[in-house]
Amino acid sequence: MPTDTTPATADATGTVTMAKALNTALRDALRADENTLVFGEDVGTLGGVFRVTDGLAREFGDDRCFDTPLAESAIIGTAVGMAMYGYRPVVEMQFDAFAYPAFEQLVSHVAKFRARTRGALPLPLTVRIPYGGGIGGVEHHSDSSEIYYMATPGLTVVTPATVADAYSLLRRSIDWPDPVVFLEPKRLYWHKEKTGLPTDTGPLGWAAVRRRGTDATLVTYGPALPAALAAAEAAAQSGLSLEVIDLRTLTPFDEETVSASVNRTGRAVVVHEAHGFAGPGAEIAARITERCFYHLEAPVRRVTGFDVPYPAPLLEAHYLPDVHRILDAVATLEWPARRTAAL
Amino acid sequence: MTVLDAPAAPPTAAPTGPPLPADTALALYRAMVTGRAFDRQATAFTRQGRLAVYPSSRGQEACQTASVLALRPTDWLFPTYRESVALLTRGIDPVEVLTLFRGDRHCGYDPHAHRTAPQCTPLATQCLHAAGLADAARMRGHDTVALAYIGDGATSEGDFHEAVNYAAVRRAPVVFLIQNNQYAISVPLAKQTAARTLADKAAGYGAAGERIDGNDAAAVHTAVARAAHRARTGGGPTVLEALTYRIEAHTNADDDTRYRSAEEVAAWAGKDPVARLEHRLLTDGVLDEDTITGITRDAQELTARLRRTFASPPRRDPAEMFQHVYHQPPPHLRSQAALLAAETATTAAAGEDA
Repeated sequence: MPTDTTPATADATGTVTMAKALNTALRDALRADENTLVFGEDVGTLGGVFRVTDGLAREFGDDRCFDTPLAESAIIGTAVGMAMYGYRPVVEMQFDAFAYPAFEQLVSHVAKFRARTRGALPLPLTVRIPYGGGIGGVEHHSDSSEIYYMATPGLTVVTPATVADAYSLLRRSIDWPDPVVFLEPKRLYWHKEKTGLPTDTGPLGWAAVRRRGTDATLVTYGPALPAALAAAEAAAQSGLSLEVIDLRTLTPFDEETVSASVNRTGRAVVVHEAHGFAGPGAEIAARITERCFYHLEAPVRRVTGFDVPYPAPLLEAHYLPDVHRILDAVATLEWPARRTAAL
Repeated sequence: MTVLDAPAAPPTAAPTGPPLPADTALALYRAMVTGRAFDRQATAFTRQGRLAVYPSSRGQEACQTASVLALRPTDWLFPTYRESVALLTRGIDPVEVLTLFRGDRHCGYDPHAHRTAPQCTPLATQCLHAAGLADAARMRGHDTVALAYIGDGATSEGDFHEAVNYAAVRRAPVVFLIQNNQYAISVPLAKQTAARTLADKAAGYGAAGERIDGNDAAAVHTAVARAAHRARTGGGPTVLEALTYRIEAHTNADDDTRYRSAEEVAAWAGKDPVARLEHRLLTDGVLDEDTITGITRDAQELTARLRRTFASPPRRDPAEMFQHVYHQPPPHLRSQAALLAAETATTAAAGEDA
């Protein structure tokens, strides 16, 4: 980690947004390794539609941070070629649903090159994708696309939910020897935390316990973490102690941290914005059941987006998991009679 | 562009390119004869069940050898699955060339050692890798060129267009070599494009485009060398369309009698690129019967060595599938590898008991 930090990383109170933390991580990565490149659509002069690449082209020049033609498959496909030649590309897909034209490059090449060459051509590249809803985006701007990447062996899938993690996980992802799909929760871009930068919150592959609890475990990540924490806070008011786990790395899944928690609490609810059917929660619930069956007091529940195309802005509040839906699910966890009163 | 006239017949078009130096022409001839023998052997292996599949290069040897020999060893190749003869010409061991078709999941060779990407199956996707690598070389200030092979059918894929456009915009030193062998499996070119030529497509991207006789090894060599020079000197990408013909079916699993006539295949067999070069070199006194015999004997030794290697079925450790998925296996792959190891141990024990 570099010791010098950009003076403008935080305001006078030490408060930083997630977008700024990501921006700082990119800046520090460009400084730390001349092989790092940032490219994509509108990432140069404009600084990205979410301003995550703000100022990078100005500081590092057009060779290190540049706008490409508007073609997502080209962005990831050329990143493959650049990684083969020794660069560490960090590319931006402008929105979740705009990444689909590049899907073939991701699943057929990025995910497989290491195996297809027995390790001779690893592809240390990072694909940043703003994802999820909650910003009132019109259609094709709010997809929870994580399951497509999670279901692709060879990809490492990372998503931050805190500002400190946004910086640290992005730096770790860029330095990672394998390709990383780095999913940025759009609704948290303007989320603020009091934190100094740089941060180092540990290696990829490990979940974080965001709130300790004893009665049930909420397993969540990325954009759904604030709702899960709010639900835990509300439950505490009723005398119920919920543990909240932020997965941070979706693939590989941190089974150790999750099962240790559920073995202790005996109850679990998986919370995410993505669709429920064959969604991330299906895999997580299955793994919890396999690992924790004799400790479970109730079936593992899921609170997810409905199995419909992501709804229009006027309806998205009804789609997104919120505190009430999480608490309703918690209430069904086969509580003994003495606890039911609390719910 | 044409350089060589057709064998035993007056030229259909007056030669428009410069003749090749004798040593280049001889190297081409040797590569083509070796490639032809290798290709015939590989096709035979499919009939013996020793290869899972093989897409033949027969008829396209001029494109595949001349394109490699016109480049520098430091230039990169981005082959499709039909470029076995190009890989052989690059100097890749023939057993390694056939690794994928033998049933392994990996390409067999070290891409860095040979500056050759793994053979690419998803159509046209390799064009973007070539554009990216070439752009990387340009940014580093190297004079490396990337050559992307592509077939006529794959020019309908989006990645081809994204790659030519990207390379043109960024002046990435790429040569896109379209081997127009007239069919995408069964679909003829007329159903693939309404364009007058595939080379014309370059114009829409501000790239250079040229159509050449793909069965004329000298023409391919000259055109690729010229395009590589243009790329190397900052002139940007070139789309070369080489007119040729796939004499064999798409692969051994294909039945080409369902979509083309024996007369058509025979007519193209009469335009054979190997015979054509041989005819010209004999006429010019560059080649003689002794040299032909020597080259043919070397090619036979190569195929004999291949047959010895392929005589016994390959043995693979099943645990291999868990390697190189990630830089180190994550926990879920470790537990699955343990499961498979237990299964294979049980199977082995049962085999010993029987």
